[in-house]
Amino acid sequence: MDFQLSEDQRALRSGVRELLAGRFGRDRMRAVLDRGEGAGRELWGELGAAGFFALRLPEDEGGVGLGLPEAVLLFEEAGRVLLPGPLVGTHLAAGAVKGAAEGRAAVAVAYDDGFREGVGRDGGGGRVADLADADALLVLGRGEDVRVLTGEPLRALVRAARPVRSLDPLTPLHRVASPAGRGDPLPADAVRLRGEAAVLTAAEQLGSAARTLEMAVQHAREREQFGAPIGSFQAVKHLCAQMLTRVETARVAVYAAAVTADAVEIAGAKLLADEAAVGNARDCLQVHGGMGFTWEADVHLHLKRAWVRAARSLTAAEAEEILAGDLGRAEPPGRAPGARV
Amino acid sequence: MDLAYTEEEEEFRARLREWLASVLPGLPAKPSPDDWPARRAYDTHWQRTLYDAGYAGLHWPPDAGGRGATPTQHLIFLEETERAGAPYVGANFVGLLHAGPTIAAEGTAAQRARWLPPVLRGDEIWCQGFSEPDAGSDLAALRTRAVRDGDDYVVSGSKIWTSHAEVADWCELLVRTDPAAPKHRGISWLAMPMDAPGVTVRPLRTLAGSTEFAEMFLDEVRVPLSHRVGAENDGWRVTMVTLSFERGTAFVGEVVACRRTLDELAAAARANGRWDDPVLRRRLGGLNAEFRALWRLTQWNVSEAQRSGGVPGTGGSVFKLRYSRARQELYGAAAEVLGADGLDLDREWVLDRLSSLSYTIAAGTSEIQRNIVAERILGLPKGR
Ligand SMILES: Cc1cc2nc3c(=O)[nH]c(=O)nc-3n(C[C@H](O)[C@H](O)[C@H](O)COP(=O)(O)OP(=O)(O)OC[C@H]3O[C@@H](n4cnc5c(N)ncnc54)[C@H](O)[C@@H]3O)c2cc1C
Repeated sequence: MDFQLSEDQRALRSGVRELLAGRFGRDRMRAVLDRGEGAGRELWGELGAAGFFALRLPEDEGGVGLGLPEAVLLFEEAGRVLLPGPLVGTHLAAGAVKGAAEGRAAVAVAYDDGFREGVGRDGGGGRVADLADADALLVLGRGEDVRVLTGEPLRALVRAARPVRSLDPLTPLHRVASPAGRGDPLPADAVRLRGEAAVLTAAEQLGSAARTLEMAVQHAREREQFGAPIGSFQAVKHLCAQMLTRVETARVAVYAAAVTADAVEIAGAKLLADEAAVGNARDCLQVHGGMGFTWEADVHLHLKRAWVRAARSLTAAEAEEILAGDLGRAEPPGRAPGARV
Repeated sequence: MDLAYTEEEEEFRARLREWLASVLPGLPAKPSPDDWPARRAYDTHWQRTLYDAGYAGLHWPPDAGGRGATPTQHLIFLEETERAGAPYVGANFVGLLHAGPTIAAEGTAAQRARWLPPVLRGDEIWCQGFSEPDAGSDLAALRTRAVRDGDDYVVSGSKIWTSHAEVADWCELLVRTDPAAPKHRGISWLAMPMDAPGVTVRPLRTLAGSTEFAEMFLDEVRVPLSHRVGAENDGWRVTMVTLSFERGTAFVGEVVACRRTLDELAAAARANGRWDDPVLRRRLGGLNAEFRALWRLTQWNVSEAQRSGGVPGTGGSVFKLRYSRARQELYGAAAEVLGADGLDLDREWVLDRLSSLSYTIAAGTSEIQRNIVAERILGLPKGR
């Protein structure tokens, strides 16, 4: 057993971090935000060229031939910089949807877990992110069914959809009617795809949680009140220490889930990563004080994105039910007479 | 990231399992928690059994009588012994987990030869005399004095919350050897025989009703100078070595035990109808995530230690913070499962619930751990 990143994994992580710093630095993130648009085709192509989507395709299919643990490292970095767009959908669809592997196509995801009827102003339907610019929609149903909508079926769905004023300015949302039964069935393992979507989303949450911790610590070192850096005050220190324990706990859960791909482990990873991303963004905002409540600070963007990710691909309630279902079924092994003293 | 155990590691595990299956059935019955002499006998017997089979001091360096096992083998040992329901380290705790490793790291050859083998054989029990009534979190504020007199120190003062003091043979004792020096600079680390004249032990009753720990009064106790580990007045540094061992892998077996308890709780809730309450069910589900992650965190920290040559890293504080809280929440959930039976001290888990309250206090409170994490890991400026 060696539960640490390998040399190659470390190199991959720093390579991606560098790449994203160059291609999607804060200036570009802010520009995307100000324009109120999605990620843009150009960025998608750049990510595709860097192997972001084809990472797990075999090399003879033009991919990089790596696995879920490596993908998780990529998505963690994406989460750090608030990379927008349907990353999970496009990554999952690489090889199955034309152009996805190269980033020529953007693939949105509908988590079809019981859409309510209608798409009226006062509710109904289900929320789908990044729909307007998508070339395809991957529908992950509850059962075995996985479908892909492209062309006219997709256009029809988009026409009938209702744009939502999204809480997260970097994640455009639509309310759509249930896509069940539409589009082409994809010969894929639905359970596996749903699990992977949850792990990759959890990895983004982990990256965001790690980033807001860094932001909080940096601010706590620099900002002075009462003649001292606020980081010397214990109340602030303890907020930061709690943030670190959330990050480290989520990190091992997410990495282990990527290695085992076990459904229960994945549920735990999503639950803890959601908690870390939301909790850390909250605490980071608190450490930033009034400055944290402004549009200029990035904290709110992390918090809003964390909320969006927490609400999709295994919510807390779903994850906890899966984790509960794992408990107390088998007779626990009998204890020897000399039990703990 | 490789969660699979190597062939050698699996072989080690298989041999250990086989051995545990062969010795555990022959173990004497577990003594009553209040019968201290019997508890000592039980714990030292188990240590002797481990010693005879070559499992004592697995993680100790070979030149200290240990087996020089890798951190991963040690992890497997702790996991398997707990899983098989083997006795806990019990009264051997201080000797095996901190006094021993400290002497191995800082002691002279003569000190190692004198004190380490009896710890491994289960012949001698140690206790930890660090805390004083006015020096808990602020450990360096300790006032117990040691004054040189010929070849001896003459020690006077008092200690408190000393676990296992009633049955210990030796005490790792912190004393002030230079009252004029700044408080961290005038401390020394001594090995004090508990049967020395002038040592009085008065058991303290814990909130759980037991006598886990004691007050200790030291009235002109003579301790030979040769019993000092490390240089005179360098005891604070030696103490930091001790504390890093204390937070190392001390809780591995407990995490395994907590995961079993969680399973048993769920089974009980399924049986008594409480499982139908979605709030409780989800709470147990959340704890499943928590303890799985704590186990992964253990593997992460052990792998890191293995890469860095066995030195416990800073991960220990993060682990202790999260674990001590999770353990309390686990037994809080147990009370929910038990319902009205949660007030019955004879029911399983009720006493554990009371004991769990100590975890956010003992071995450094959660507030102190947060200070450590903030200052030493995150690099935030020191407060006053
Ligand atoms: C079951 C048990 C077994 C023990 N066994 C031993 C043993 O074998 N040997 C031994 O030497 N000791 C032992 N102890 C003592 C233990 O190490 C101390 O109780 C602990 O370090 C806390 O010290 P204190 O009790 O003086 O609390 P205090 O230091 O008085 O703390 C009281 C409260 O104030 C908070 N506080 C104190 N200082 C700060 C600060 N700087 N910042 C923020 N908050 C602060 C604490 O977190 C706590 O909440 C044991 C304790 C328990 C409960």
